[in-house]
Amino acid sequence: MPTTSEVSAQAARIQLEDLAERPSLMSSFVRFLRKQPLGSVGLFIVALMVVVAAFAPFLSSYNPIENSFESMLQAPNIAFLLGTDEFGRDVLTRIMYGARTALLVGLVAACIGSSIGLVLGVASAYFGGRIDLIFQRIMDVFMAFPLIILALAVVSIFGTGVQNVILAITIPFIPRCARVVRSSALAIREMPYIDAARANGFSNTRIILRHMVPNVMAPFLIMLTASVGQAILLEASLSFLGLGVQEPTPAWGLMLRNAQDYIESASWVAIWPGVAITLAVFGFNIFGDAVRDALDPRLRSE
Amino acid sequence: MWQYVIKRLLLMIPTLIGAAILVFFLLRAIPGDVCEIKLAGTGLYVDQAQIDICRKDLGLSQPLYKQFADFIVGLATFDYGKSMWTGRPILQEIGLRFELSLQVAIMATITSILIAIPLGTLSAVYQNTWIDYIVRTFSIAGIAMPSFWLGILIILGLLTFTQHWFGAPWMPPIEYRSLWTDPWHNISQLIWPALATGYRYSAVATRMTRSSLLEVLREDYVRTARAKGLIEKVIIRRHALSNALLPVVTVIGIEFAFLMGGLVVTEQVFNLNGLGRLFVDSVTNQDFSMTQYLVMLVVMIFVLSNFVVDIMYAWLDPRIRFS
Repeated sequence: MPTTSEVSAQAARIQLEDLAERPSLMSSFVRFLRKQPLGSVGLFIVALMVVVAAFAPFLSSYNPIENSFESMLQAPNIAFLLGTDEFGRDVLTRIMYGARTALLVGLVAACIGSSIGLVLGVASAYFGGRIDLIFQRIMDVFMAFPLIILALAVVSIFGTGVQNVILAITIPFIPRCARVVRSSALAIREMPYIDAARANGFSNTRIILRHMVPNVMAPFLIMLTASVGQAILLEASLSFLGLGVQEPTPAWGLMLRNAQDYIESASWVAIWPGVAITLAVFGFNIFGDAVRDALDPRLRSE
Repeated sequence: MWQYVIKRLLLMIPTLIGAAILVFFLLRAIPGDVCEIKLAGTGLYVDQAQIDICRKDLGLSQPLYKQFADFIVGLATFDYGKSMWTGRPILQEIGLRFELSLQVAIMATITSILIAIPLGTLSAVYQNTWIDYIVRTFSIAGIAMPSFWLGILIILGLLTFTQHWFGAPWMPPIEYRSLWTDPWHNISQLIWPALATGYRYSAVATRMTRSSLLEVLREDYVRTARAKGLIEKVIIRRHALSNALLPVVTVIGIEFAFLMGGLVVTEQVFNLNGLGRLFVDSVTNQDFSMTQYLVMLVVMIFVLSNFVVDIMYAWLDPRIRFS
């Protein structure tokens, strides 16, 4: 029988070999770029959006909020590359600052919504039985509402504005992620290592968070990346309806809302914010697809 | 089969009751109510007594459990009562707009089928060629593009096109006329929103057609069909597509329900007075009675179309009913 020191030495060796064989972050990144050309385009768009959002004040010298009535509704020219809106604000600048709103709402709503869904889904699968059944029925109820209807209902309670829009988008995402995560957690619950953890007398919370959650990371990440684009689109829709982000905060959907009145005379205010939304959602979606293919080859055909 | 149908029917009941509870209490959690908005709109000085009278008239001062009971009884007996905002019967208000929204939804579904099945088939048959790439980009773009922006672009395109070719800008008519009284007017108004939503919804169905056809094309019986010398066209149309379209039917069915929600935004762009517009208005005015029945209508359509899809699925694929 090996002594404890022998065992730990062996463990250390295995770990070292493990480390040696694991590809470096850089090389797996390069592999991702080579294997997923479309996903790389998505990654590039996402990265571009992050850079623009982060450095908006350095990229543009205009103020995105302040009105300037001497330059109202100017067509695109050298000074205003994409023209100005009805308050004389530079459209390009507002699109750049709008990326901040879109990223903030999209990332925060998708992360919180998916994470709550993750924990709920795993817990439901872990406890099983009646708890699982009741939980499933509750999720059914939430899933019976189209995304935008539920989001509108939440907005009407808490009011408009960035924080409430995030809340309104987070809530409908929870059941969608919970359902997907639950189905893979059901298989994990039957694994011997969960029995072992239970036999060790670990608490339910510990088993759920330390043993089950890490093993459903693949479906979770897939849901997460898929949700960001959807969240951005939903935010734009809410703002377009006037029930999302409010003036003067720069937001793409809101810009399109105002642009409706000027379609005939100033088409530029109606075109470019839409291009920004489409590009952003497109980027996140194809990046998400690539992440899905990389994490779970079985889902590729979908 | 009947056992399965009844089981699925019974499963709908808790979902609907749960949705009714959720909607009812969500709405009551909103600070303020329709009376405050209504009276503030008059611009006159409003005292608490007037608000109380208004609340009493609308039944808002009754205890919650009683309001809830009324709501459920109303739902079950199709006696929806009156709108708190306009005072007109809710069924009448919904009826006025239902035809329009339903027509747009049906036309959008037809559009999405007409786009999805040919394109999805093309993309599967010519997998990994430039045709495939173009179709896939086209459909990914459809998901990424907000339908309200597509709507704006369509209007913009119409304006520029008619201005250029006919010398005068033309916009789709704003006033709604029924398909039966004035079909030309009706179609020229509703075809654009149907195109905008239909393109967006075709994206998922296109991908579904492609992946499902790809799977079927690898099956043994397709190889047999090829081996006995059938023309590729016949193999795809007769043998492969009929089996591959099953999941596509599901997707289209589920989407039909989502269309009702998606119309909320599109109707706004095209200035259509449909259910979506009614919904946004009633949310803005905190017209509880209208909002709760509208939401329940959407939920019921959604749950019902899921039900129909499940039944169709089980009918087409016996493995499902017996599992």
